[in-house]
Amino acid sequence: MVSGLINANPVVYEKKERRNRTGPSDVDEDIKDPEHPYSLEELKVITEDAIEVDDQRSHVRVTFTPTVEHCSMATVIGLCLRVKLMRSLPSRYKSSLSELVKVNFFYLDIKVDIRVAPGTHATEAAVNKQLNDKERVAAALENPNLVDMVDECLAPSYA
Amino acid sequence: MNFVDDSVELREVQKLEGHTDRVWGLAWNPATGSAGIPAVLASCSGDKTVRIWRQNPSNGPFQCTAVLEETHTRTVRSCAWSPSGKLLATASFDATTAIWEHSGGDFECVSTLEGHENEVKSVSWNASGSLLATCGRDKSVWIWEVLPGNEFECVSVLQGHTQDVKMVQWHPTVDVLFSCSYDNTVKVWAEDGDSDDWHCVQTLGESNNGHSSTVWALSFNATGDKMVTSSDDLTIKIWGADIIRMQSGGIFAPLPAIMIEQFFQSIGQVLTSKYDREGVIASGAADDAVRLFVESEESKIDGPTYKLLTRKEKAHDMDVNSVQWNSA
Repeated sequence: MVSGLINANPVVYEKKERRNRTGPSDVDEDIKDPEHPYSLEELKVITEDAIEVDDQRSHVRVTFTPTVEHCSMATVIGLCLRVKLMRSLPSRYKSSLSELVKVNFFYLDIKVDIRVAPGTHATEAAVNKQLNDKERVAAALENPNLVDMVDECLAPSYA
Repeated sequence: MNFVDDSVELREVQKLEGHTDRVWGLAWNPATGSAGIPAVLASCSGDKTVRIWRQNPSNGPFQCTAVLEETHTRTVRSCAWSPSGKLLATASFDATTAIWEHSGGDFECVSTLEGHENEVKSVSWNASGSLLATCGRDKSVWIWEVLPGNEFECVSVLQGHTQDVKMVQWHPTVDVLFSCSYDNTVKVWAEDGDSDDWHCVQTLGESNNGHSSTVWALSFNATGDKMVTSSDDLTIKIWGADIIRMQSGGIFAPLPAIMIEQFFQSIGQVLTSKYDREGVIASGAADDAVRLFVESEESKIDGPTYKLLTRKEKAHDMDVNSVQWNSA
């Protein structure tokens, strides 16, 4: 873990008025940035139009923009998005395991593709590859330290 | 197999339930499934267990006869039976490889192979059962010698891959080891006749018609002159190998593997592919489909071509992680 903050002075945008919606698109709200008390939406790391839902193919693509180009938190943010999406989908898709922290695609029939917005990260290809390697994601989420970090980021989004 | 018409179909005969997390790998016990011995299948899972399934009676449904648990502390990623069918090796994210022996219906962990720095992804026995290979996220490939009394001794740690190694597979007839990786390459490892040193004799990368993304799996046909690789780049590639050159002892000559044909699949990265006894290739992908490919009757001047025989969409509700033919 880095001792200093990667981005000590992020630009903070105004939070959008929340409407009553359901579906994968409203999962970006209130996910806390790993370094700051602001949500990813407030930091414009992720916006509503960066979420593409292909209903026919049951495919969701989420594109996020880290605040700085060399953000080493990119993979953590990507993981948070993955986990949040899985937990937020309609209840009939929820895992019946007691350990909900695991990214469990087992009971879900939606494919999720998470990537960094083009041109926004120095090693974007490397980050995207890791985030979309299901085996690496599964192994990462078996790491308790990483899971704690993800849970902390997602806690305000359940309020 | 003579396909008279084009209406070949895959039909599900049974769904085996029991695992409480995704099933990553499968292995048929090679000593079962013929001569009246009911087929036995091992499956390994993110639920940290391995399940043993036996067909009961010989052409009836499969039932779970054992659960190998309380040994691995993390996902069990891969399992492989020894050629004799007496031992089962299981590779886990907990950085160990366990060796199980069964007597009657009970399984006992008789050895634990340690050494990898982190997740072990694959384990493979050579044709004679004298050697075992493992690989993992620590980018290394380990070769172990099988000694009497269920003892295992590491004889080589192979460095060369620049990323996570996804799978290792021994050649079916020659003691040559193949590995495939997140670094997009397939590497071929052989023993130097004089010094018993293992080293990389060939790398199949993008520059020699290799894959452009993670290579998840590789498999050989029965005679070992063809190999199929499957990748995150959405293709499977079929390679030709020169067995004679591989076998000429003494100074090892590099194995020439030439890419013969490639296929493009729609959505999902190809996670697994396997040759059956008669040369039919099965593939499983992240688009939930299972596909069968076969060599085409119309041969080209420069070599064989392959065609899609059938595709089973939604073979599973989620990604197909592993396909295995029962060769009995």
